[in-house]
Amino acid sequence: MTGKMQALLGWVDARFPLTKMWKEHLSEYYAPKNFNFWYFFGSLALLVLVNQILTGIFLTMHYKPDETLAFASVEYIMRDVDWGWLIRYLHSTGASAFFIVVYLHMYRGLIYGSYKKPRELIWIFGVLIYLALMAEAFMGYLLPWGQMSYWGAQVIVNLFSTIPFVGDDLSVWIRGDYVIGDATLNRFFAFHVIALPLVLLGLVVAHILALHEVGSNNPDGVEIKKNKDANGIPVDGIPFHPYYTVKDIVGVVVFLIFFSLVVFFTPELGGWFLEKDNFIPANPLKTPEHIVPLWYFTPFYAMLRAVPPMFSSQFPGVVVMGAAIVVLFFLPWLDRSPVKSVRYRGPYFKGALVVFVISFVALGWLGTQPAEGIYTTFARIFTVLYFAFFLLMPWYTKADPTKPVPERVTFK
Amino acid sequence: MKKIIFALFVLLAPVQVYASSGCGQLEHCDAADIDLGNVESLQRGAKLFVNYCLSCHSASFMRYNRLGADLGINDDLLLENLMFVADFRKDPKGAPGKVGDLMKVAMDPEDAKGWFGTPAPDLSVIARSRGADWLYTYLRTFYPDPSRPFGVNNGAFKDVAMPHVLWELQGVTEPVFEQVMENGKPKVDDNGKPVMQLKEVRVVKAGSMTAPEYDNAMRDLVAYLVYMGEPAKLKRYSVGMWVLGYLVILFFFAYALKKEYWKDVH
Repeated sequence: MTGKMQALLGWVDARFPLTKMWKEHLSEYYAPKNFNFWYFFGSLALLVLVNQILTGIFLTMHYKPDETLAFASVEYIMRDVDWGWLIRYLHSTGASAFFIVVYLHMYRGLIYGSYKKPRELIWIFGVLIYLALMAEAFMGYLLPWGQMSYWGAQVIVNLFSTIPFVGDDLSVWIRGDYVIGDATLNRFFAFHVIALPLVLLGLVVAHILALHEVGSNNPDGVEIKKNKDANGIPVDGIPFHPYYTVKDIVGVVVFLIFFSLVVFFTPELGGWFLEKDNFIPANPLKTPEHIVPLWYFTPFYAMLRAVPPMFSSQFPGVVVMGAAIVVLFFLPWLDRSPVKSVRYRGPYFKGALVVFVISFVALGWLGTQPAEGIYTTFARIFTVLYFAFFLLMPWYTKADPTKPVPERVTFK
Repeated sequence: MKKIIFALFVLLAPVQVYASSGCGQLEHCDAADIDLGNVESLQRGAKLFVNYCLSCHSASFMRYNRLGADLGINDDLLLENLMFVADFRKDPKGAPGKVGDLMKVAMDPEDAKGWFGTPAPDLSVIARSRGADWLYTYLRTFYPDPSRPFGVNNGAFKDVAMPHVLWELQGVTEPVFEQVMENGKPKVDDNGKPVMQLKEVRVVKAGSMTAPEYDNAMRDLVAYLVYMGEPAKLKRYSVGMWVLGYLVILFFFAYALKKEYWKDVH
């Protein structure tokens, strides 16, 4: 570095911890050297977040949050705004991509026990991010003002009206009207473009700060900080930058290849990313035949519909759906296994994990099907299995015969 | 590696959210088999569209000159051949519009409600909600039905409010119904009447077009509707090829860089 640049950096460092932060979070943040495929999804989630914010800024320049103009303004973006179609597809595909990488990121945490002590808070911040993301996606989906936007919002907001005593007033308060209307669209727009993104960004910072405080877990579930060299550097650690920055660039390029395949060649992805019915403008007088949320909500939607009404109220279903998310917060304390990684766990945990993954995927599919007959029966079975994975965890993880965990990390 | 392949497979599986549950009264829709790369087909479709559809249906998100730019039709030809719809509400003399106008329609939606019982839907993005195959089937399966207000019913859209505006081109059609069987016996409804299923609609007396000519004309019209649903589609694929090419090349450089840095990690 030239003398002048060095002097400028010194000037900044005397006033702002620039070099200190760079070192703490990148060049001297020691990450385990044995990260595998599953470790790409954290940085990819950050990439998608940036994509959503950047494309979102350009969409707000042309979008109109008004019930008479919203649908047309989206088509205006698709036709009359230069490259508007690309910005819109990057945003709509990004929404689904966000959930794909976040689900895979959470699954990584699950199989390698990344939520276990001392990383409980990282997990809790992560679940809060997931919750904020769900709210963000739900409110964003109202904005194109298509039939599915309208009726999806109608169904979800009506869930609040099932709450005893205050439900009806609460749902009117949320909508700002007795039905989904202009007031709802405007406030959802406000939440979608400013309130929730701020919450999301704050939580992401907290998530990363907590991670860098305790250090990253790894596929072996070995604490690399227990084994340091003479300089106090973990023997199995490598600086995040440049090692993982160059590795993550490869991950980013591969991700972008698949992302572009969708954006340019099949942005609707057969109705999974953009639903057919959402190309019909919202019509409060015409209920669509099937009201289905987008794929990332369908597991919870299936649970909601699986629970039979009690005292002619759907409230129990709403409680079960909410509990399906709340239970995630308790995961660090439900798991009583002495080991972190699935590699050294016994058959009980592995079996439970397989059942859990099958249940979640099956519920996701059932949520897209009509809630009747055999579908409801299966949705009930899988809902029970979903909860069993968490609620029986204290017992099966304790009884599970584990394998000895190695002293040092391994490459597999 | 297997996990990676599986994850990618899930990501790109081009599956439909719903299994197709028939095509209105028909068991399945006919394949439209359109070719968006065929500009002449799109031009013929545009001509049919402005002549037969645009009198009642609007396409109010589409501009005439966008169509002109994409389909190689200059402004003079647009004004002469495609822009018949004058906006009388804007100009009582009915002066022709400007080439940058949206494809609005002269019919008042309130009038439409009175005449047809429902306003004629805007067709800008109809191909995105209905799909090409459904539209292709719909346009070809109008059949006489004296019980309907306009004397016609439709195979893909039962009891549709729209009259068969293309009948002069298609000619006279006839529905072919078939008895629905249940457990080897003819199925009857609650009133004891036999349950019939529409098998096909066939032309019994050709109009100004023969049956294959009419099918081709409808293919052109559907191609135009698909184009109009998303004009960017014409360039989306080619931009996508460049992007993918760039990313594939970038991948080799990124991978080589990673390999170089990671040489000393064991």
